[in-house]
Amino acid sequence: MMNSKDILIKVNELYKIFGDDDKSALNLVKNGMGKDELLEKSNCVLGLNNINLNINRGKIQVVMGLSGSGKSTLIRHLNRLIEPTSGEIFFNDINILNLSQKELIQFRQNNMSMVFQKFALFPHKTVLQNVGYGLAIQNISNDKWSEKAQKWIKRVGLDGYETYYPGQLSGGMQQRVGLARALATDAEILLMDEAFSALDPLIRSEMQNILLDLQNELHKTIIFITHDLDEALKIGDRIAILRDGSMVQDSDPQEIIMNPADEYVSDFIKDINRARVIQAKSIMTPTSIKSLGATVKEDMVLEDILQIMSDSPSKPVTIKNSKGKIIGKIEMVNLIEGMKRPKSLGTNITG
Amino acid sequence: MDWFDKFPQMSRSGLREFKKSVDFAFTDFSRTYGEAIEGFFEPLLMFLVWFEKFFINTPWPIIVAGILFLAWIGSRSLMVVIGTFLSFMLIGYFGMWKDTMSTLAIILVATFLCISIGIPLGIAMSRSNKIQTAVIPILDIMQTIPSFVYLIPVVMLLGIGKVPGLIAVCIYAIPPIVRLTNLGIRLVDKDVLEAADSFGANYWQKLFGVQIPLALPTIFAGVNQTIMMALAMVVIASMIGVKGLGLPVLQAISNQYLALGLMNGLAIVILAIIFDRVTQKFGLRMQKYRNEGKD
Repeated sequence: MMNSKDILIKVNELYKIFGDDDKSALNLVKNGMGKDELLEKSNCVLGLNNINLNINRGKIQVVMGLSGSGKSTLIRHLNRLIEPTSGEIFFNDINILNLSQKELIQFRQNNMSMVFQKFALFPHKTVLQNVGYGLAIQNISNDKWSEKAQKWIKRVGLDGYETYYPGQLSGGMQQRVGLARALATDAEILLMDEAFSALDPLIRSEMQNILLDLQNELHKTIIFITHDLDEALKIGDRIAILRDGSMVQDSDPQEIIMNPADEYVSDFIKDINRARVIQAKSIMTPTSIKSLGATVKEDMVLEDILQIMSDSPSKPVTIKNSKGKIIGKIEMVNLIEGMKRPKSLGTNITG
Repeated sequence: MDWFDKFPQMSRSGLREFKKSVDFAFTDFSRTYGEAIEGFFEPLLMFLVWFEKFFINTPWPIIVAGILFLAWIGSRSLMVVIGTFLSFMLIGYFGMWKDTMSTLAIILVATFLCISIGIPLGIAMSRSNKIQTAVIPILDIMQTIPSFVYLIPVVMLLGIGKVPGLIAVCIYAIPPIVRLTNLGIRLVDKDVLEAADSFGANYWQKLFGVQIPLALPTIFAGVNQTIMMALAMVVIASMIGVKGLGLPVLQAISNQYLALGLMNGLAIVILAIIFDRVTQKFGLRMQKYRNEGKD
């Protein structure tokens, strides 16, 4: 049932409750008690509430939420830096939660690596030693790991900084070291816990591009935590949204913008520039007949289509997919409709 | 209302009996095990005697050269080396060379002992809250109990001599290194430990690869304090037969020889300053990576 080839990680009914009496609190939560009530009644904090998530191989899965929503807790369950109260996490066919301490260490060394929000570099080690750390602790010979580390330092553009200490580098450079350190072990899965949140906007955007570049080449399975929707839309193949430890929505980024699951999600997306993120395929009328106007790709954003259509507003544009086949058309009216905020669930969204 | 005016204390005879029984018990204990304990410390005594002889018998220029070399290795500061050189010249010129060498020997052995016991103990404390809870009160006692009080049982057991002196010095000097090792390891950034965990580092790799290296500056502050406290004990240790700069001070006190007391006292101060500057500079250099921040 879970062996569909595309799914690499499968999270089943994962619960995490922080507190002394987490087992009995778990029953309360399973019977529908919410976060605030639980805290009041049993002095336990609900971290994760019945999380189900399938993460596809070779894709970037974004997990979004405000602070306190449980996103960092969730990502730490995947490599068991935090132990769950109940639930299952499968990596291929292996239930990660059943691994012995020894197997877990092996698993962390070989299959998963992590990039941290505050970089968490080893201040007493040089850039080279930091990047090679994951390899060095596997008793790989010095020559071998430093050669590999060297390669990744070069790949993230820090050539020449090998002998520097992290304290001598800027934030952006430090996170490049963090990224190189995570990549150096050749782990299939990359966990990124708000990896770019501590960087200023320009550097952040640069790091996002580096990540996307690398991903085009490496096809890792990346779990990317962020609270920034623009970032999520830029890099995510799928976006899961957490609120108070519960999963609110998990879908394609376009789907989140077009059909927010609830008020919380529409609140999240209300400030984004819709023209810049919504793609043609999300608002087109399906058809296989060529229209009068220009032909554009399915992933072109509305802003660009508007540019094209403004020359001859009355002519609908033709949409083709990546294989060049005509799949739909867009009229001016669709564009306007698409850029309007959806009236999700009939609620008024006020800024 | 007698009990209200006067504290209801144990009867005099009862009190006497109690003290007597404690004394007798300990005397018995020292009679039975005294020799065994002395035997246990025999190697330490031999080492200490050998070390002291080494310092005294080696020609002074070689010792001075060695000390200057170590001062340079430790501090990398010409000022410190020059200061050390002048200090030792003064000490020698005023006739305190031999006593200084004796003191140096016992201080170094005591420091070595304190480090080799204190650092592992501090590490153990940092790993387990139970051990920490158990050890902290003992350290409190060691630091606050008047030195003379623990000199009594030590002397009863081992008599007068170098080893009891050494033990007295160690009891007084070991707490800082234990405390600061524990503290240093506990203060290591949780994020960094989490990173080590996430890459699959095991217990020992974390301890020796991350925690201890990052705690080293703090541990070294402990070593520094331990040396300072050992030096402070030199005079008291001389009361139970430790030779060195403390002995003339003791004589000076009982005979009111101002100049003798002052000279030897200042020699102790000079040793302390040299040790302090060299170890502190060394500690600072160990955390060089922290001070080279770019922005």
